[in-house]
Amino acid sequence: MLEPLQEEFMRRAIAEMALLGLAGGALGCWIVLYELSYAAESLAHSIFPGLVIAALAGIPLLLGATPAIVIAALAIALATRAPGTSRDVAVAVVVTTMFGLGVLLALSPDSPPGIETLLFGDILGPTDTDLVSAAVVAGLVLAALWLLHPRLLATGFDRGSASALGIAPGTIEAALLVLLAATTVVSVQGLGNLLVVAVLVGPAAAARQLTDRIMPMLFLAAAIAVLAGVAGLYVSYYAGTAGGASVALAITAAYLLSLPAGRLLVPLSTAQDRPETTIA
Amino acid sequence: MPGESLIEAESLAAGYGGPPAISGVSFSLAAGRRLALLGPNGGGKTTLLRAALGELRPSAGRLSVQGRCGYVPQTERTRLDYPVSALDVATMGALSRLPWWRRTGRADRRGAAAALERVGLGGLATRTFGELSGGQRQRVLIARALVQDAGALLLDEPFSGLDRPSAAGLEALIDELAGEGRGVAIATHDLNRARRCDAVLCLNRVQVAFGPPAEVLDRETLEATYGGAIVELPGAEGKAILPAHHH
Repeated sequence: MLEPLQEEFMRRAIAEMALLGLAGGALGCWIVLYELSYAAESLAHSIFPGLVIAALAGIPLLLGATPAIVIAALAIALATRAPGTSRDVAVAVVVTTMFGLGVLLALSPDSPPGIETLLFGDILGPTDTDLVSAAVVAGLVLAALWLLHPRLLATGFDRGSASALGIAPGTIEAALLVLLAATTVVSVQGLGNLLVVAVLVGPAAAARQLTDRIMPMLFLAAAIAVLAGVAGLYVSYYAGTAGGASVALAITAAYLLSLPAGRLLVPLSTAQDRPETTIA
Repeated sequence: MPGESLIEAESLAAGYGGPPAISGVSFSLAAGRRLALLGPNGGGKTTLLRAALGELRPSAGRLSVQGRCGYVPQTERTRLDYPVSALDVATMGALSRLPWWRRTGRADRRGAAAALERVGLGGLATRTFGELSGGQRQRVLIARALVQDAGALLLDEPFSGLDRPSAAGLEALIDELAGEGRGVAIATHDLNRARRCDAVLCLNRVQVAFGPPAEVLDRETLEATYGGAIVELPGAEGKAILPAHHH
């Protein structure tokens, strides 16, 4: 149990996983509740060309990912304005274009070997810069979620009444997307372009099965993300499997386990079948 | 103060950027009074409520609102699969009194618990919102508006989807809240409930009539409001009723 902790690279990987798990797990609750899972996955894929360019230029991935995510967001906003283009279609068109561009760059003859780590991440080899940026972003995301909590809750519950409660729902949703973008950009180094969404959606979806209240859901999601993430790292250590993929599969396993556990903890009931009681 | 005018509109027009969704609207809602907003779907009832909330700016005319308005949406607009308790929902009302960086605190939750008590749900504060019955959910949303400390309550089709006893209970609660000095505006299709209000505003993109129910609710006005889609029961002494699809 303690043997992997003797290794410097495992200690660093666990630290990185804990930071990403705390931020991704808590933020993921809002992604799930706001039904933004598809947007989260799309954002992750759309930064691929930025990552490839950064890798080719030998600069930190963060510097490539950040402009790519801004370009993708702007392109989606522009594409939505085209007549007859729904948001779903705009996202799909922009994301496949960006991802295709990234693949084109990655598979060109001049590309250095090892570029596939951009797709699948390198959770076992975070640099000092990766750890520091993960710590900073995790701190900022958790602080922002704490500050915005009541307004996030009210807007997600009933967007139509949000302005009557003095909330600007558009600003709240934009803030959530900014937090999502920041988390994606730092998580992609460790978990890769294709697997990053696992830490955002899986733990939150599992936590939702286990509780009917937002605060326990936030804590459970963060705990599941960290524990399942570390379990994935252990599997990777002992079985010699790929780090990012092991983490993603461990999180999926946690979600699958939560389904029967949730049935026991939160008896399913729908208001529709419930008869009116004496209090109207 | 009872009798004090909370909402006053004069030749009001408002809409969503294009041609006005409502125009020529003149009415007032005083403290302690109940105003029924009658009109077909798409007739502008919700637009008028949104203008009173300050979400839409009048494109013509004048609209003045004293104090805060509490909005009570149709419960169908809220999410039943959301992880919140009745108390969580009622506490959201406190946000309207706080600057954007302030979180709700213990005092706000105490106020929300008192509001739930006031609407008869004291024992159900910790129940998940989605597990409550339709009438109970409507009461939770009214409690949220009470937490806003709103002088005027704007209810958007509060009786829709409720069975008869729940609707009657809700109507009694609305009467009590008006009796405590709040102004209550109720968008509804229910003519009988409209008759029991202090005033009725008939709206079909333009104002058809405004006044006490006894003066306003005649066949001609209702035909003009609902575009002729009304029926009269034999022996109902001239009392027109609306066809079922409006309920």
